[in-house]
Amino acid sequence: MSEPSHTLSDSVKQAILAEVPKYPEPRSALLMALHFVQAEIGHVPLAVQREIAALLGLRPIEVREVVTFYPMYHEHPVGKRNIQVCVNIACALAGARKVVRGLEERLGVRVGERTPDGAYSIEEVQCLGSCGTAVCVQVNNEPFIENVRPDRVDDLLRTVG
Amino acid sequence: MAVERYLLPPDGADWRSLDAYRRAGGYEAAQRALQGLAPEAVIEEVKASGLRGRGGAGFSTGQKWSFMPKPGGPKPTFIACNGDESEPGTFKDRQIVERNPHLLVEGLIITAHAIGARAAYVYLRGEYVTGFRTLVTAVDEARAAGLLGSRHCGIEREFDVHVMRGAGAYICGEETGMIESAEGKKGQPRKRPPFPAVYGLWGCPTTVNNVETISQVPAIIRKGAAWFKSIGTPTSTGNTLYGISGHVNRPGVYELPLGTPLREIIEVHAGGVRNGKRLKAIIPGGVSMPVLSAEQVDVRMDHESLKQAGTLLGTGGIVVIDETACMVRAAIVIARFFRHESCGQCTQCREGTAWLYKLLRRIESGQGSLADLETIDQVGGYMEGQTICALSDAAAWAATGFLRRFRSEFEAHVHGKGCPLPESFEP
Ligand SMILES: Cc1cc2nc3c(=O)[nH]c(=O)nc-3n(C[C@H](O)[C@H](O)[C@H](O)COP(=O)(O)O)c2cc1C
Ligand code: SF4
Ligand code: FES
Repeated sequence: MSEPSHTLSDSVKQAILAEVPKYPEPRSALLMALHFVQAEIGHVPLAVQREIAALLGLRPIEVREVVTFYPMYHEHPVGKRNIQVCVNIACALAGARKVVRGLEERLGVRVGERTPDGAYSIEEVQCLGSCGTAVCVQVNNEPFIENVRPDRVDDLLRTVG
Repeated sequence: MAVERYLLPPDGADWRSLDAYRRAGGYEAAQRALQGLAPEAVIEEVKASGLRGRGGAGFSTGQKWSFMPKPGGPKPTFIACNGDESEPGTFKDRQIVERNPHLLVEGLIITAHAIGARAAYVYLRGEYVTGFRTLVTAVDEARAAGLLGSRHCGIEREFDVHVMRGAGAYICGEETGMIESAEGKKGQPRKRPPFPAVYGLWGCPTTVNNVETISQVPAIIRKGAAWFKSIGTPTSTGNTLYGISGHVNRPGVYELPLGTPLREIIEVHAGGVRNGKRLKAIIPGGVSMPVLSAEQVDVRMDHESLKQAGTLLGTGGIVVIDETACMVRAAIVIARFFRHESCGQCTQCREGTAWLYKLLRRIESGQGSLADLETIDQVGGYMEGQTICALSDAAAWAATGFLRRFRSEFEAHVHGKGCPLPESFEP
């Protein structure tokens, strides 16, 4: 299945341009720019990286090395609902491994993969800053899903939607 | 003794709006400082309060501010406010940005006055979407009310606050990694010197302070250094936000004086260990800090006491672990984290974090030898004090800390060719 080609939408372009004057150098708007794209398209394709580079006066590689350095940006498509489970210490103690395994079983894919219909993917992430409400899960940079119970993965999937 | 809170609103109160925050006395300290106190006087007050950074290293805040060049230099100066909060076990700054965002804005206004900063950039971890929206709303409200901008709090001086978002990399909490990231680059730490006070954001003099550190400042100005110093211990002053997680009945964030006994935090505030189990281990200040064993639970949570106990206060993020948990597995989880987050610039860190993880895995699986335990210590030794930033040291402390405190459990894995606690949580 080939992915549709993407371009920078007008609204995202406007949002990026509104970000630029906050900093002495346009380049500083890069992380915010990539967040806007990630939120709209679900990943940051190469073609869009080139457009952002042109917009901020950068070389394409300067954008790409940032996209690939940060875990929240994806260069390739992930599931429409990208389910990120924290597996760091507080969540591990609360059974995060069981949550991951439960998701893998129900969705039929492993961590790092997405379902054939493109609806879901699973990722392991490091501490989300919600250790007091472990297990913590985040989907597509939406507000956290907290206090996930390892024996209630079906409830989790309903919440994920 | 009831603790007088000044960082978090009382239970049930909502201070997120400017009106509510003002009704509680908010922005009085900023008005007073800007209209009545010279910048040097603010720095002296903060120095006298004994305030130490809440981001992990505990450096004197007043002293850090005094490293900044005198106003009127050739370059603008900035505040880089550290809200990356990615140290596992730490979730306190989130309480401030989500529940009391104007406190941070007020702290930034006073700090900017003290050091002559033109703007503050709050670098908030990208996952904190709710905190980001709440803080941006507060900043916009403050700007509309004339508390920020070219004429703010009644004085003619340019100052504004901008909120930026990280994107999931722990290393961007390290002060120079954060600066690189804020400039739109990979978050790889810089060699020092030059320190940020000389060469920070965009090459300009910059003060880096944690969100909670800045949020301590309004109370110091409002009530005075002597009041602040009366809370806590002589060298660890004021309240702090302890996050407590793991095997306790009431995990959460508690605002308490520095120097509060660890046992009191666990048993009284967090309601004790869950399910009637016995306490086994406590990580006192985020996973970078060496673990304590249950016998050490009477230590006080301040810089000096924890140092004496062989660990550090760090971020005050406490992780409580009960008797059911395997210590090798706990060490694995933490080693995996550091391996993942090493930015790769320094060989000792890049290779060392990978080796520690591999060795711990081998021991946990029952394939390890006693020589592997020596190798953990040896690798840890190579990783300390050699690298551009302290991530490498932290990874070493964490692994060797578990080995030192729970050596017999590590050895049991070797002798028994497997985990003696098969019911333990899985890494
Ligand atoms: C690997 C690493 C990660 C760090 N992460 C954070 C962080 O997330 N938040 C923070 O405030 N400080 C963090 N620090 C400490 C900062 O480098 C810096 O000391 C601190 O922000 C200074 O603020 P303070 O003086 O107010 O504590 C980290 C340090 C290291 C070495
Ligand atoms: S110590 Fe590790 S994280 Fe820090 S700069 Fe070196 S490689 Fe990067
Ligand atoms: S350990 Fe999972 S949110 Fe902190």
